[in-house]
Amino acid sequence: MNAGSTERIPNPLQHQPQFAVPGALEAEVGELITHYPPDKKRSASLMVLHAIQEHFGWISQEAVEWTAQKLGLQPINIYELVTFYPMFRQRPMGKYQIKVCRTLSCALGGSYKLHKHFCEKLGLDPHKHGPQTTKDGKFTVEFVECLASCGTAPVMMVNDEFYEGVSHAKADEVLGNCK
Amino acid sequence: MPQEYRLILKHADQPGYTPGLDCYLRHGGYETLKQALTRAPKTLPDGKTLSGPEQLRDEVKLSGLRGRGGAGFSCGLKWSFVDRKSGKPIYLICNADESEPGTFKDRQIIYKDPHQLLEGMIIACYANDVHLAYIYIRGEFVEGAKILNRALNEARAKNLLGKHILGSGYGLEIHVHRGAGAYICGEETGLIESLEGKRAYPRIKPPYFPAVLGLYQCPTIVNNVETLCAIKHIAAMGGAEYAKLGTPNNTGTRIVSISGHVKRPGYYEVEVGKVTLGELIHDTAFGGGLRDGHSLKAVIPGGSSAKVFKAGEKFKLRRKGPEGREVEQEIDMLDLPYDFDTLIRAGSMSGSGAIIVLDDSTDIVEALANISEFYAHESCGQCTPCREGSLWMSKALHRLTHGEGREQDAEYLAKIADNIPGGRTICAFGEACAWPVQSFVAKFKDEFVAKGKADEERRAKENRAAKPVREIELTLNAKC
Amino acid sequence: MPMLQKTEPKAAPPPVEKIKVKVNGCEVEVPKLTPDWQGKLVPTTMIQACAAAKVDVPHYCYHPKLPVAGNCRMCLVEYGTQALGPDRKPVFNPDGTPKIAKAPRPAIACATPIAPGMEIYTDTPAVKQMRQGVLEFLLINHPLDCPICDQAGECKLQEYSVDYGQSASRFVEPKVHKPKRVDLGPRIVLDDERCILCTRCIRFTREIANDDALGIVNRGSYNTLTAYPGKTFDNNYTLNTVDICPVGALTSKDFRFQMRVWFLKETKSICASCATGCNIIISSREEKIYRYEPRENPGVNSCWMCDYGRLNYKWIAREDRLAQLRSPKDQVGVRQTGPDGRERPPANSQAKWGAVLKEISGILERAESGSVAIIASARQTNEELYLLHKVAQRVGAITDSAPRLGEGDSLLLNADRNPNSAGARLIGIAGEPMGSNLARIAARIRDGRIKTVVVFGEDVTRHGIGADLLGRLDLLIVSDILPNETTRLAHYLLPGCAYPEKRGTFTNAKGQVQKFMKAVEPPGEARPEWELLHELLFDVAGQDGARSIEGLFNQMTAEVPAFKGMTWAALGDLGARANT
Repeated sequence: MNAGSTERIPNPLQHQPQFAVPGALEAEVGELITHYPPDKKRSASLMVLHAIQEHFGWISQEAVEWTAQKLGLQPINIYELVTFYPMFRQRPMGKYQIKVCRTLSCALGGSYKLHKHFCEKLGLDPHKHGPQTTKDGKFTVEFVECLASCGTAPVMMVNDEFYEGVSHAKADEVLGNCK
Repeated sequence: MPQEYRLILKHADQPGYTPGLDCYLRHGGYETLKQALTRAPKTLPDGKTLSGPEQLRDEVKLSGLRGRGGAGFSCGLKWSFVDRKSGKPIYLICNADESEPGTFKDRQIIYKDPHQLLEGMIIACYANDVHLAYIYIRGEFVEGAKILNRALNEARAKNLLGKHILGSGYGLEIHVHRGAGAYICGEETGLIESLEGKRAYPRIKPPYFPAVLGLYQCPTIVNNVETLCAIKHIAAMGGAEYAKLGTPNNTGTRIVSISGHVKRPGYYEVEVGKVTLGELIHDTAFGGGLRDGHSLKAVIPGGSSAKVFKAGEKFKLRRKGPEGREVEQEIDMLDLPYDFDTLIRAGSMSGSGAIIVLDDSTDIVEALANISEFYAHESCGQCTPCREGSLWMSKALHRLTHGEGREQDAEYLAKIADNIPGGRTICAFGEACAWPVQSFVAKFKDEFVAKGKADEERRAKENRAAKPVREIELTLNAKC
Repeated sequence: MPMLQKTEPKAAPPPVEKIKVKVNGCEVEVPKLTPDWQGKLVPTTMIQACAAAKVDVPHYCYHPKLPVAGNCRMCLVEYGTQALGPDRKPVFNPDGTPKIAKAPRPAIACATPIAPGMEIYTDTPAVKQMRQGVLEFLLINHPLDCPICDQAGECKLQEYSVDYGQSASRFVEPKVHKPKRVDLGPRIVLDDERCILCTRCIRFTREIANDDALGIVNRGSYNTLTAYPGKTFDNNYTLNTVDICPVGALTSKDFRFQMRVWFLKETKSICASCATGCNIIISSREEKIYRYEPRENPGVNSCWMCDYGRLNYKWIAREDRLAQLRSPKDQVGVRQTGPDGRERPPANSQAKWGAVLKEISGILERAESGSVAIIASARQTNEELYLLHKVAQRVGAITDSAPRLGEGDSLLLNADRNPNSAGARLIGIAGEPMGSNLARIAARIRDGRIKTVVVFGEDVTRHGIGADLLGRLDLLIVSDILPNETTRLAHYLLPGCAYPEKRGTFTNAKGQVQKFMKAVEPPGEARPEWELLHELLFDVAGQDGARSIEGLFNQMTAEVPAFKGMTWAALGDLGARANT
């Protein structure tokens, strides 16, 4: 029997050498922590990660470690969250993130065709469900699960903006408005 | 003619109605809270005194209100389980993680009438001696979280929240806590874990019943958005009056979300049990019928985890006859009154009140594959049957919808699904991922078999065996 | 120390409240409350009631010394409770027995408390089917690489597959692939494809070792055990996770691929690396030790041991082990080695030992009182120290032993690195405090009062009695295991045994007297010290004593007040508390 070679712990987190938390963000994080009992700082994890992602656009290894340190946790505690909750991005995404709802009611309402439409327009692979970013870094297109607006299918989000009843024409219009 | 009964959504869609506090106050907002906070203690015939909060809790019990999140559990009973003697703080969490596919009712309340939710929530907190509460809102409701935060700030400014609410001496703070894209956070103990800053792994019960060992191991109430709004109306009109709405044991109103192949998809508030499933789908007041030229194929009556009904399916149910005696009746699926109990007796559930209509254009195998992919993606992965079973079923269905099916796949899927639900898993997600597979495969078996058989015949012609389809790509694979 | 039950004497405990339940139809009476992993009394669970009824409930994630997770679902059972009528009052059968209503859903035996009258069913078709289902789920994405898996033979997947497995898999989909051969830490390799995500390791390191180092990343079927990238899993207790890993996911770098477990002989022993005295199992094959594993002793080490103690066994097989008896008259003997490379005793070894011990006893017998010092080691057994003490009393020798200090922790590792300091104190051979006589002995050697020194198991040159002083002695008699400066200078060198090569007892820091058994043969002419001391004493004192370790122990307990009332047999596997 051969003991063989071993491999390092895989690390999907990416580095962000210029990571620095500006005062305003630090203050925001400090305020968020006050929303929870003093000995339950860990509760603020998701809110702090949201605040960081809002600022930087994604969650880097440095951000994970900063958050852990800020909340008195181990980095693994935050790493566990970043990989569990799909809204957290582990790498930079496009300037405009198009999230098309994939789930049943939207699928019945044509969301697969809508997703394909975006992919074809932007030169992306329509068979890929996960996030794909255009070469110029302008757009990211992905399928997401139910956005809770099944009555106005198909729906999508572009960054934080929500769109319902998205026809291909409307899709083109939205794309056109992304400068 | 069945009609909507708008209690909670009374104002939401009125022209000019805004989510701001002024608008809410103009429409009589927070009057109920004022009355609730100033309720005088009541002395009972036996000499016992009921405090204001105790009276409110009794009203909720009397109202017969059942949770609107999905399980339909009695709200009064849930509150009665709360350990009030532990000496620990009691927490209340509003479950605004609306995520069961097909459901979009809480969104309407949050976006259009947030103060109604806050008023209901403050009353519920007062009734349960809660001084710190959270609204756990799904991460995708970015605007919703902003609206709620605005509403909370307005309420704080008007002393509707804070240390001495309206001078009553009662203090309460509410914070918005955002999720980040995990369906399982709708499960109340998963939600609590998530709120504690952890992966949303549902807790084992026993021992972690939220009413005793909830948030921070303290007694905790988790109520759905719509449920908390109903609390406001119960406090306003009294439990007995509220119980007159709807039908016995299925009281009040509920907001039904209708989506899929109907002419008028949307949300409709109705008295529970006063409208049938068929009316909700076909009546012009509601779904408005199927698209022209199409006929009904199937209905998922309570969110995508509910067991599917097949068009024309009949149920033998015991119901009260015209003379008040119980008689067994054969009822068509469409004639089922849309309430909690009847749908359970018909083998499914009204769940979160979400009806998804599938017409004859639907490829039933594709529809199930879509649902299964959702559940495979959303399983938290904590316990074995759900973690392994949900992805296994999804992979099999992926194969079946990509030309690599087998005639035996219907049987194969049913056997996988049978090993997941029925208390085998930590939380009800086991049922949620297995029920669609069990019911679709059982009720549309011929379509599954035919698809597999066709694939086998084609492969026989191509002279090759079935090959596994490359690993299914989940929409939001966590590695992204 | 959260996981150790305090064993300090307490006031008489209140009577234990008992509950009667039925397991597969057999009634058992079990305590209403049972200590949980922290020792706190909590309601007894079904799995504990089943254990009381000698019914095994298969499980992966449950571990009695860890917080309950309830995630594997292997321990699902059916159960019934007393039926209640519409008036919430119990319903009875016509014969007066309580009517039992079977619960509609199964329950996990690991987390569900029992109730009076409860009936637990572990052998119904439904339970069997649930176990089959869970096992199938656990295996669909498992690599099924048993032939090359280090866990083979002690794997719970294999074990339960015998009862609940299927010969052919119906799984035809592509498996989920995960990282393999991950270098998790300096002592552990992780195979994520074998991991069943039971979280035992995570709970152990978080709750017991107090090092929140492991976690699960990704979601659903892609869930993956890991440490934080760039950090390694490196505390002094990591290897316990290998023990509690029910499958081959976590393997010890030290042990992996060294030996198939089914070839290993298991011997009950005690870790000698510090004064805690963790109970262990020594696994050996053909006189070679392959690994130490902790053995449960609730009052000492629970189910755990530290990595430092666990890996501190390699010296036993060192090439330079002292294996030859040496006396001043000795010619350098010809070493004989056996087929395993270890030294074999020469044919005349026994006679040689007899002659040497006679010589030594003669010298000691004639020695002037006060001219002899005996330096023992607190690494020696109680029996050995007792015999040495008797020798010392006989010849009027000053005695002591050497303290051995390191850094301790709050879990198991004691700052006292001697396994038997307490024994040395209780028997009276150590100075007070230990080591305080060493300087005195050095001074008396220097001024010529001490002419003969007997050293057992310590290199006294490192304790203030340097080579120069030893050189002044008329006679230096040394027994040891490995060579050092003292053994080099010895006139008589008596090769002794590492403790896995003999039997005996140690008294741990709390006064627990614990016995260990012999796992492997000593090399060459080496002999258990208690044997040669016994012979020596026989020669010196003319007293016959016990010829067996059992007899010797019982003789010692009759004489040493702290051990009064103990017998070898009554020590059992967990030992007994000395009267301190």
